[in-house]
Amino acid sequence: MKPKLALYWAASCGGCEIAVVDVEEHILTIADFFDIVLWPVAMDFKYKDVEAMPDGEITLCLFNGSIRNSENEHMAKLLRAKSKVLVAFGSCAQEGCIPGLANLFTKQQIWDYVYKQSPSTVNESGIFPQPINKMPEGTIEIPTMWDTVKPLNQVVDVDYYVPGCPPQSDQILNVVVAVIDILKNGQPLPPKGTILGAGDKTCCDECGRERKEKKIKKFVRPHEIIPNPKECLMDQGIVCCGPATRSGCGAKCTAVNVPCRGCYGPPPDCLDPGAKMISALSSVIDASEPEEIDSILATLTDPVGTFYRFNLAASILGRGQMEVRKQS
Amino acid sequence: MSSEASGDKKLVNLTIDGRSVEIEKNSTVLQAAHKLGIEIPTLCHVDWMEPYGACRLCSVEVIKGKRRRLVTACNYPVSDRIVIETINDRIRRVRAMIIELLLGRSSNVPLLQELGKQYGVEKSRFGEGTEGCILCGLCTRVCDEIVGVGAIAMDGRGIKRRVATPYDEESKTCIACGACAAVCPTGYIKVIDDTRTEKGVPLEFPTGPTTSIYVKTLQSVPKVPVIDVESCIKMQTGGCGVCATYCEPGAINYNQKPEEIEVDVGQILISTGFQTIDLKKFAQYGYGRLDNVYSALEFERMLNATGPTGSQVVLKNGQEPRAVGIIHCIGSRDENHHRYCSRVCCMYALKMAHLIKDRTKAAVYQFYIDMRAFGKGYEEFYHRLLDEGVTMIRGKAAEVVEAGWGQRDEGVLLIRAEDTLIGKFREIPVDMVVLCAAMEPQHDADEVGRLFSISRSPDGFFLERHPKLDPTSTMTDGIYLAGACQSPKDIPDSVAQAQGAAARILQLISRGYVEVDPIRAEVVEELCGGCRMCNNLCPYGAIEFVLDKKISRVNDALCKGCGTCVAACPAGAITGKGFTNAQIMAEIDGLFAKPTQGAKA
Repeated sequence: MKPKLALYWAASCGGCEIAVVDVEEHILTIADFFDIVLWPVAMDFKYKDVEAMPDGEITLCLFNGSIRNSENEHMAKLLRAKSKVLVAFGSCAQEGCIPGLANLFTKQQIWDYVYKQSPSTVNESGIFPQPINKMPEGTIEIPTMWDTVKPLNQVVDVDYYVPGCPPQSDQILNVVVAVIDILKNGQPLPPKGTILGAGDKTCCDECGRERKEKKIKKFVRPHEIIPNPKECLMDQGIVCCGPATRSGCGAKCTAVNVPCRGCYGPPPDCLDPGAKMISALSSVIDASEPEEIDSILATLTDPVGTFYRFNLAASILGRGQMEVRKQS
Repeated sequence: MSSEASGDKKLVNLTIDGRSVEIEKNSTVLQAAHKLGIEIPTLCHVDWMEPYGACRLCSVEVIKGKRRRLVTACNYPVSDRIVIETINDRIRRVRAMIIELLLGRSSNVPLLQELGKQYGVEKSRFGEGTEGCILCGLCTRVCDEIVGVGAIAMDGRGIKRRVATPYDEESKTCIACGACAAVCPTGYIKVIDDTRTEKGVPLEFPTGPTTSIYVKTLQSVPKVPVIDVESCIKMQTGGCGVCATYCEPGAINYNQKPEEIEVDVGQILISTGFQTIDLKKFAQYGYGRLDNVYSALEFERMLNATGPTGSQVVLKNGQEPRAVGIIHCIGSRDENHHRYCSRVCCMYALKMAHLIKDRTKAAVYQFYIDMRAFGKGYEEFYHRLLDEGVTMIRGKAAEVVEAGWGQRDEGVLLIRAEDTLIGKFREIPVDMVVLCAAMEPQHDADEVGRLFSISRSPDGFFLERHPKLDPTSTMTDGIYLAGACQSPKDIPDSVAQAQGAAARILQLISRGYVEVDPIRAEVVEELCGGCRMCNNLCPYGAIEFVLDKKISRVNDALCKGCGTCVAACPAGAITGKGFTNAQIMAEIDGLFAKPTQGAKA
């Protein structure tokens, strides 16, 4: 009997699914080795099929997306129970990713904007989604949205992580090939919690740009200058999160003049990459007078979105303050 | 003179006044005579210029067989087996005539008068001219041969012959070196020195060098002279070189170039000293504006035996002052400038008062805030000064002004001050004012501090590791402090601190190894991505970038474990040994752990 493979998407954009498909013809090797039992984006299996399985029936589950509503949580718990190995696949499952930025607001603030205040919305009667809608035809149930977006490991026990937004296809293939190898040859699994499909150094290690001693006089956004393609972007004043981001992606962004935004997550000994970036950058601001420091900092737009773009939900703070947000 | 240049070392033997002497061929008779210690009078000759033979005073007789001939010793070359007589009746008669002729032109020259006495010429039959110049040509030759400028030359012939500049106009090529005046045997040529008054008292007291070759200070170690390249004629024109001809051991080397020398050392003692506050900031005391207002350092030069006045206390008009006021605390203990006490002024002011009392009849007034006689023997010295009759006025002087317009008041200065002991405002007339300028950090202390990674205290002086327990070392290992660069201090304190620092340095040298604290930062090579964020953060310069590995590395010997780089490393690749993330998190976990059964919460 073939080992069973499940792929699931919770709160995510679908990019991780595309990345899986991006392994091209190797998908056939995967389909050949595994018996795919759940893959909502590509195959027609129902939740009840999974619910009917005995616990531990699924050999490997690649779970992408963060947990932001009752359905996400249900499926996370269900797949945890049914899977021998649960992998938080992609940045959303690993650390909350872009959906995690919703943690800067409360659910009510988000709903107010989306269903009332946004310029393209007309909702005069003030209708908001309800979990249970009784209709003449029957009752419609939709998932309940939580206040806080959580990465997978804040909800269930996670065995391994594959970082990236999305994980790079070559790295996905490496991981799957390694898993197939382990299963075929009966080798021991890596220790629990291991980050698969990534390196131990930082993005800088893979970036070919020449770096100098850092001295920042002014921050610029990528559209404001034409960067020198050979020099470190940070040396040119563009905030690049490469120094606080795990290697493994091949530094594809910086190769085309786009600064690293940090999707591969924190390097091994880094608890909170956003805080680390703030600490590092504040150390290399080249100013002596308080006013000068202020004027340099004023050139830095959207610090939270820049430093915590992928990591906010998994960071030490995890979210914005509920109370203060409500008052504002 | 030319014997060395020709390289001809062949020796000749000759007899002078019956004594035989062996000397190199190409020498002159004068040199041979000098070798024997025989004096021959000269007027136009110096050893360091080519012989000229102008004055003929060195005339001697050469005897070859039966033939006797008068020649000038200064430029007559020696030859083998000649016989010379340097003095006899004929020579005496000839020299007397020469002197008489010269006296006829310049009877007022003491040098000639002295020679006249020696040769029995009381009065010249050729008149009593007062020209002053004896046409020796030393001045024109030194200007041409040595200085290489040629600003003066001989003009006219016969009795019209004289030293002159071209067209008798002010020379455009003269560099005012003063060599002509220095070499003139009669004092005919004078340098117009606008740095001195008519009475020869310097207008200013240079505290720096006044010649092109000088010994930096009398206390220099090593005490050797240096050449000021900017003003040395040899360096500028290639001429002169007189100092080399005077230096017997031949120690003067014009070919030395300034060079930077790199020395590997394990420890450094910083003793860069202090500077005094710019007294021109204190317009109320008139420094630089009023005559006879001096800084203490300038006055110290005046008191110095090798100083410009030869230790005499004189006013610019050449007279002795009747009263001298010494004003303490200029810029020290002053909210507008330096709050600290400069510590040395009270005692040197007392010393100056003592020396003024010793050398003149002047009254001395000390304007002080508090008399700080803190060192060994200082209080005793203060009381001795009180017994010597120095007037102490407790109160800081407000200003120094010129007194009145009357002739009687000319040059008199008034010191206006509050006398806090009698609660009265006073005006004290003095002839001379000495200002005790505050000691302050060197102007480049900031730069030096950064170079050695040492901090400065709020007063700007270098910061010691601990004011009481470790006053000689700094927060940077191997860097020590001594003297006024650390705080204002007098000589005994500076010496004590320097000896303490030297002992600390020797302690490490004799031990031969360095103990370092185990708390160090460490770059985990497997994690470092080489972003170089940390590279210029380290206050101790302990982080280097390893180019071939593209990672940063911490130098264990330099690192102090301050943790700046640990906090800054965005990759978390730098850890503090003993304070790793894992350790800190474990401690936090321990703090928040639920108490185990049996343990009290």
